[in-house]
Amino acid sequence: MNIHEYQGKQLLREFGVAVSSGEVAFTVDQAVAIAEKLGGKAVVKAQIHAGGRGKAGGVKLAKSLEDVRTYASQILGMTLVTHQTGPEGKVVKRLLIEELTNIQKEYYVGVVVDRSTGSVVMMASEEGGTEIEEVAAHSPEKIIKEVVDPAVGLLSFQAQRLAYAINIPGPLVRKAVKFMMGLYEAFVAKDCSIAEINPLVVTAEGDVLALDAKLNFDPNALFRHPEILELRDLDEEDPKEIEASKFDLSYIALEGNVGCMVNGAGLAMATMDTIKYFGGEPANFLDVGGGATTEKVTAAFKIILSDPNVRGILVNIFGGIMKCDVIANGVIAAAKEVGLNKPLVVRLEGTNVDLGKEILNTSGLNIVAADSLADAAQKIVSLVK
Amino acid sequence: MSILVNKNTKVITQGITGTTGLFHTKQAVEYGTNMVGGVTPGKGGTQVEGIPVYNTVAEAVKSTGANASVIYVPPAFAADAIMEAVDSEIELVICITEGIPVLDMVRVTRYLEGRKSRLIGPNCPGVITPGECKIGIMPGYIHRPGRVGVVSRSGTLTYEAVHQLSVSNIGQSTAVGIGGDPVKGTEFVDVLRMFNDDPDTDAVIMIGEIGGTAEEEAAHWIKANMQKPVVGFIAGATAPQGKRMGHAGAIISGGKGTAAEKIATLEECGVRVAPTPSQMGSTMVELLTERGMLAQVTIK
Repeated sequence: MNIHEYQGKQLLREFGVAVSSGEVAFTVDQAVAIAEKLGGKAVVKAQIHAGGRGKAGGVKLAKSLEDVRTYASQILGMTLVTHQTGPEGKVVKRLLIEELTNIQKEYYVGVVVDRSTGSVVMMASEEGGTEIEEVAAHSPEKIIKEVVDPAVGLLSFQAQRLAYAINIPGPLVRKAVKFMMGLYEAFVAKDCSIAEINPLVVTAEGDVLALDAKLNFDPNALFRHPEILELRDLDEEDPKEIEASKFDLSYIALEGNVGCMVNGAGLAMATMDTIKYFGGEPANFLDVGGGATTEKVTAAFKIILSDPNVRGILVNIFGGIMKCDVIANGVIAAAKEVGLNKPLVVRLEGTNVDLGKEILNTSGLNIVAADSLADAAQKIVSLVK
Repeated sequence: MSILVNKNTKVITQGITGTTGLFHTKQAVEYGTNMVGGVTPGKGGTQVEGIPVYNTVAEAVKSTGANASVIYVPPAFAADAIMEAVDSEIELVICITEGIPVLDMVRVTRYLEGRKSRLIGPNCPGVITPGECKIGIMPGYIHRPGRVGVVSRSGTLTYEAVHQLSVSNIGQSTAVGIGGDPVKGTEFVDVLRMFNDDPDTDAVIMIGEIGGTAEEEAAHWIKANMQKPVVGFIAGATAPQGKRMGHAGAIISGGKGTAAEKIATLEECGVRVAPTPSQMGSTMVELLTERGMLAQVTIK
């Protein structure tokens, strides 16, 4: 789960991590009022769940209240297209109004879970401000890492080592250490999956603070963080994905026209790959999970069909423990309820597969049965052409 | 022989009185798995399906001599359940539970260091040695005893591979689901090493996904060490960057972990990669035919 920059900064403040002062504004008047409190000059920053806002024109330096008013009216309601939003972009509904910072140098600090060691790793780099992936690709030696032992947490000497390694000015190392210790503490306390400060800045006044903050949270841990769940901004999510999450379905919208319903994430991805292999384009990823009930299957059909690009549906279920006749009945009930008028190819495998196929064949519905995943993909691809 | 589990494996279920735990324990008993006990705190002294239930893993181990445990405990308590099993020095701990917070698994990983248990999972279908022992949620009937090993990050894709092998009259020595989470107990390399050392495994199917670099590490290990033919498949060639495809592990981030990269590395390291998931079985047949090994793995 993602949150906005201003929410991330608020959260970091609670852990003693230095961030620039500022507040969120939903209207132009609010923006001006906040800027007035900050002394008239301010940075006006679009709040959307994507990076690259500055390049897209979503961050402006305002030298007067008049400027704040101008920029706030420009940016609020504007559709920002960045490398992370996709071509449709995102509409700006919130602004962060922040004090100006006298930047002397920009750095990078990030905390992630490293798969290969199964540990939390803090990374730091002197190359702040740019995308860390680019630094990693071109000069990996400029990214310094410390692996954290979860039994004791990040240790001061590790933070110190990072601070010296990225050439934080000597007198400011203590502040940088405090910053990193707080960042790690926040990461663990709130079950983050990523905490990225890019850039971390050293200011002319001798402060070490976060100019931006990107926090992502582990969805598996949200059950113990109602306070984080409250920060969720539904405007930032695909309405079909929100609907799917209500039914415990894992759905991701894609660009193509073949709707897919599959059990299991790996098989769902493999189904998309097979559609593509035979010349089609999947419209979505959808994993109905292990317990695909009639209710869930119906909900899944509705979500798939609410995408106007969908011209046909492929259902691929490897019954496993579930019985194919039960799934077949679920598919038929769902197809009848939603009044399906698009081609539907169903591939069933597993327990009672023959009975399941018979139920589909005698249903009177226009359902095409398939024998294998390849067969199913070829059939649906030719039907939507 | 086989790897990890066989007819002598004595299994307990942690979370045996929950709906999922009970259902799959019954299925395991029907399959012939030697289920010796179960654990649910507060239900000690009772029985389910004729299987004794204990309050703690320590008691269960002491009374039954169990050497494997399967965990169906809900995600909030699953990490603790794993560590309880590890503390009781159970050799093999298989965690089926999906949705465990990743930082809980970071603590578990640290706890496992220097201890005697091997953890499989979490978020996995389990381990089966066909005809001998089924631990987990996989449908038993699709498997046939034989000489090809299967290792996979994905549950339903494991079934797909096993099914394709079985209908081609190729049986399986052991099928291992290592699970889809980013932090887990056992990686591809661990299982490949076991299959390589197992005299009754002649070839291996390895099924990977986008995200992470475990497939690349496995590929390099195969090139350096593997004596047996390996067929691979990687799911997620069409997955978009930055979107989590179902499990926490399956995500391409920062341009890393793409299917194309993994497929290229596997092929460079001598793994025969199936072009579609429908061809995992036929790719194995093709490879074994080329090596003159098809007859020895075909069920008579």
